[in-house]
Amino acid sequence: MEIVIIIVAGILIATATYLMLSKSILRIVIGTGLLAHGAHILLLAMGGLKRGAAPLLGQQADAYADPLPQALILTAIVISFGVTSFFLVLAYRAYQELKTDDMDKLRGNENHE
Amino acid sequence: MNNLVILPILIPLITATILLLIPKRIMLQKVISVVALSLTTIASIVLVHTVFNNGIQTLELGSWRPPFGIVLVADMFSSLLVLTGVIVSFMCILFAFRSIGKERERYYYYAFTQFLITGVMGAFLTGDMFNLFVFFEVMLMASYALIVLGGTRLQLRESLKYVLVNVISSALFVIALAYLYGVVGTLNMADVSSRVAESGQTGLLTVIAILFLIVFGLKGGIFPLFFWLPGSYKAPPYAITALFGALLTKVGVYAIYRTFTLIFYHEPQITHQIIGILAGITILIGAIGAIAYKDVKKILIYNIVTAVGVIVYGVAIATETGYAGGIYYLVHDMVIKGALFLLAGAMFAITGTNKIQQMGGLIKRHPLLGWMFFVASIALAGIPPLSGFVGKVLLVQGGLEAEHYVFVGVMLFSSLLVLYSVMKIFMNCFFKAEVLSEKEEKGSTKGLVYPAVILLAISAFLGLGAEVIYPYVWQAAETLMDPSIYIQAVLKE
Repeated sequence: MEIVIIIVAGILIATATYLMLSKSILRIVIGTGLLAHGAHILLLAMGGLKRGAAPLLGQQADAYADPLPQALILTAIVISFGVTSFFLVLAYRAYQELKTDDMDKLRGNENHE
Repeated sequence: MNNLVILPILIPLITATILLLIPKRIMLQKVISVVALSLTTIASIVLVHTVFNNGIQTLELGSWRPPFGIVLVADMFSSLLVLTGVIVSFMCILFAFRSIGKERERYYYYAFTQFLITGVMGAFLTGDMFNLFVFFEVMLMASYALIVLGGTRLQLRESLKYVLVNVISSALFVIALAYLYGVVGTLNMADVSSRVAESGQTGLLTVIAILFLIVFGLKGGIFPLFFWLPGSYKAPPYAITALFGALLTKVGVYAIYRTFTLIFYHEPQITHQIIGILAGITILIGAIGAIAYKDVKKILIYNIVTAVGVIVYGVAIATETGYAGGIYYLVHDMVIKGALFLLAGAMFAITGTNKIQQMGGLIKRHPLLGWMFFVASIALAGIPPLSGFVGKVLLVQGGLEAEHYVFVGVMLFSSLLVLYSVMKIFMNCFFKAEVLSEKEEKGSTKGLVYPAVILLAISAFLGLGAEVIYPYVWQAAETLMDPSIYIQAVLKE
């Protein structure tokens, strides 16, 4: 099972890399979203995907799934959620102000401010 | 168990929360910031003193025994950095009082700075890998807000790139943590270290070590991962750049020190050699950038890159002298970069430009500023009575002991280039023919110079009073050299 998840994570991260190398800001933001997904399911897979009940003591099971990676992912999801929303607003503001969403046109140096 | 350890994190955090409630009352915000930073400074001084007398202080949050709970650890290395970081950010905020402007102050400038300090202090003090990630994010999110605060076109353009680079490096950090957890099954630094030592550092762990090097290198700006730094640090006003230049990259450097002295020290012929080569190239690239530009801010920014290379090389030397030199240079560099950026900020306030060609003859009406810039420049280059000298001597000594002759050559040569780059600013801006007459000046330096005076006084003390500082630095280097001291203090076996 881990193998499948790791391959999926690899595909997600490859797609993310491809999107982040493109010109449009929106595609880049989508890329960062996919990158976060890839990282999170990788974290889940690396914690081990053994069979076991959900980590709730009320379940009275013999074996539980590892609760630590789930807590880590929850934290990482919230953080990446916050950063993504900031990034989207920043992209929107930059689009309003700079009148372009093309990263190539956002190059330039001090002489072209 | 010692609640003192959490104070440098808790005071800025509470302050930031209070400051969020009073965005329009600027005077009150300033008073609260100063009071909070004074308290944090006192707490850090007490912390350094306690660690010096009683050894490593730990705080188990919620009384959960490590490795099960999160533990905060203050050894001498982190307490020294906490103290320096607090003092430098204090001075940057005093500088901001007169330079940052009403508009930014009303939009939570002081609150964001306090959050930034929270993140930096937390990153220095934590003893848990995932908690380190979280504090990195606290620091980075505050820095995203600070870099774009004001919303000029340049800031918008550069912060897009800055945010993107840091989002990628954060995702890589999560991936590296996933691998580490998959291999050793724990995230407490001391526990990870002892388990890595038990099993021996296998090839897999060396790969993870290099992934961590990439992550922290992206944060700290080492070659070839420094590409985002010159543009991003150019965008915000000087008060914010000074804060970034003194603190942000240094947290990445601290993390490199921590991981490669505490956890991944078993395969130095691979990891430490890579670090050494990258650090050497970083020094050269920074020095080349510094001599190439005719822009005050750009020159100082490339000097950050050089300094990061010099400090990180301390890890590659991997002897007690090397670590001591690296730590000394790290403390010195936080202070002196703060001072230099604040002085350059005062120059910008007078002339309204960063271009060297458009300044000249400033010494006539601003002698104090001029001679202070001179002192800061020679301290940066490492001229004997000042602070840069001691760290570099220790690094040279460590490098010679470890027979890294190329590195010693590169570092001494780079000192020359660094000296040339800052003297270029000094000679062109303060001497030469006068460009601006008294009426053409854009503003005064009233209140802008004294924070830099304090930082320079500290720098002079670090140089002249080296005997006082030495025992502290050696204690820090000793802990880095022998990870079992750290592990025993945390796990108490």
